[in-house]
Amino acid sequence: MTTPALTNPMTRDQIIDRDFLTHRAKLLDIAAYLDRLDRSGPSNEDFRDLALRDAIAILTDGQPDRARRILESLSDPTTTPIDQAPGKGASGAYPPPPTS
Amino acid sequence: MQYIDPHIHMVSRVTDDYERMAQAGCVAVSEPAFWAGFDRSSALGFHDYFVQLTEFEPKRAAAFGIAHHSWLCINPKEAEDPVFAREVIALIPRFLKEPTVLGIGEIGLNKNSKNELTIFEEQLNLAAEHDQLVLIHTPHLEDKLKGTRLILDAIARDGRIAPHRILIDHVEEHTIKPVLDAGHWAGMTLYPETKCTPQRAADMIEVFGPDRLCINSAGDWGRSDPLAIPKARQELLSRGHSPELVQRITYDNPRDFFNQSGKFRTSAQ
Repeated sequence: MTTPALTNPMTRDQIIDRDFLTHRAKLLDIAAYLDRLDRSGPSNEDFRDLALRDAIAILTDGQPDRARRILESLSDPTTTPIDQAPGKGASGAYPPPPTS
Repeated sequence: MQYIDPHIHMVSRVTDDYERMAQAGCVAVSEPAFWAGFDRSSALGFHDYFVQLTEFEPKRAAAFGIAHHSWLCINPKEAEDPVFAREVIALIPRFLKEPTVLGIGEIGLNKNSKNELTIFEEQLNLAAEHDQLVLIHTPHLEDKLKGTRLILDAIARDGRIAPHRILIDHVEEHTIKPVLDAGHWAGMTLYPETKCTPQRAADMIEVFGPDRLCINSAGDWGRSDPLAIPKARQELLSRGHSPELVQRITYDNPRDFFNQSGKFRTSAQ
């Protein structure tokens, strides 16, 4: 037998009272990061930067499951194993395939 | 309140961490074999690592009343060379008899390559042949979704290991549902930057319910927090969730999964 999902015991007002300032600060961090990039010069079309800006749009599209959808937007959309691992690390966004 | 950290790499942590974890209520840990931050130059390097996991760490933990357990494998980051990987796999069976070894892990994928997948399948076979539990690592960041799908497909293709004998780790909001839907246990890893935070873990517990869900610190040599589980417990309690729910997620669930090995123990027992 499966236990059903739980309800957050906090009301919406309680969540805002507890968490608003924390997330206000996180939002300002993102804004300052984008300002910092602007001051550094013109865009170089870095795939991570482009992916982040696409993901930010998900925050305000009014649809649910934002965390899941942002993670999906930053994921490799392919489905078959690659021939060889190019290294060990990950960048956090999916680089576009090289153009020939 | 006592807790279990079901995934932490204590070989990378100092003894003071054991002391702090014990003070925070930790009574048992399980430590999967993983990448040391560099590639070993020979299979013998893994032999020594397995001895460390099965002999030295249980003694170091016991000094603080913590029961230490381990999982053995070659990790996916060192699985790109199949010949080398098979030398390591050949070392594993004799260690499976050790009293604190719970199974095969953390096997899985890293960059989702063909060789990684081959070695993952061969270690699933090892687990099936030796009737072992399995602990699975899912890839990082942009590779996680694809890797999780490849892993679930490979488990289903093999078909010999019951879903409830497999824990798939490092799930996030985009991978937790297919893992639970397949009947596996799922682990949420609490990291400062990647994987998930205590707040997001609490959200996933609320959305998906507490069945077959565990949380872990995966503390290692990188940026990580061996006290992440107590912080997640505090997050759940501060939201008004019951101590019984916290106990279930941080103690009962990992105990119930590990008990399938017949070897798990806690200092509380």
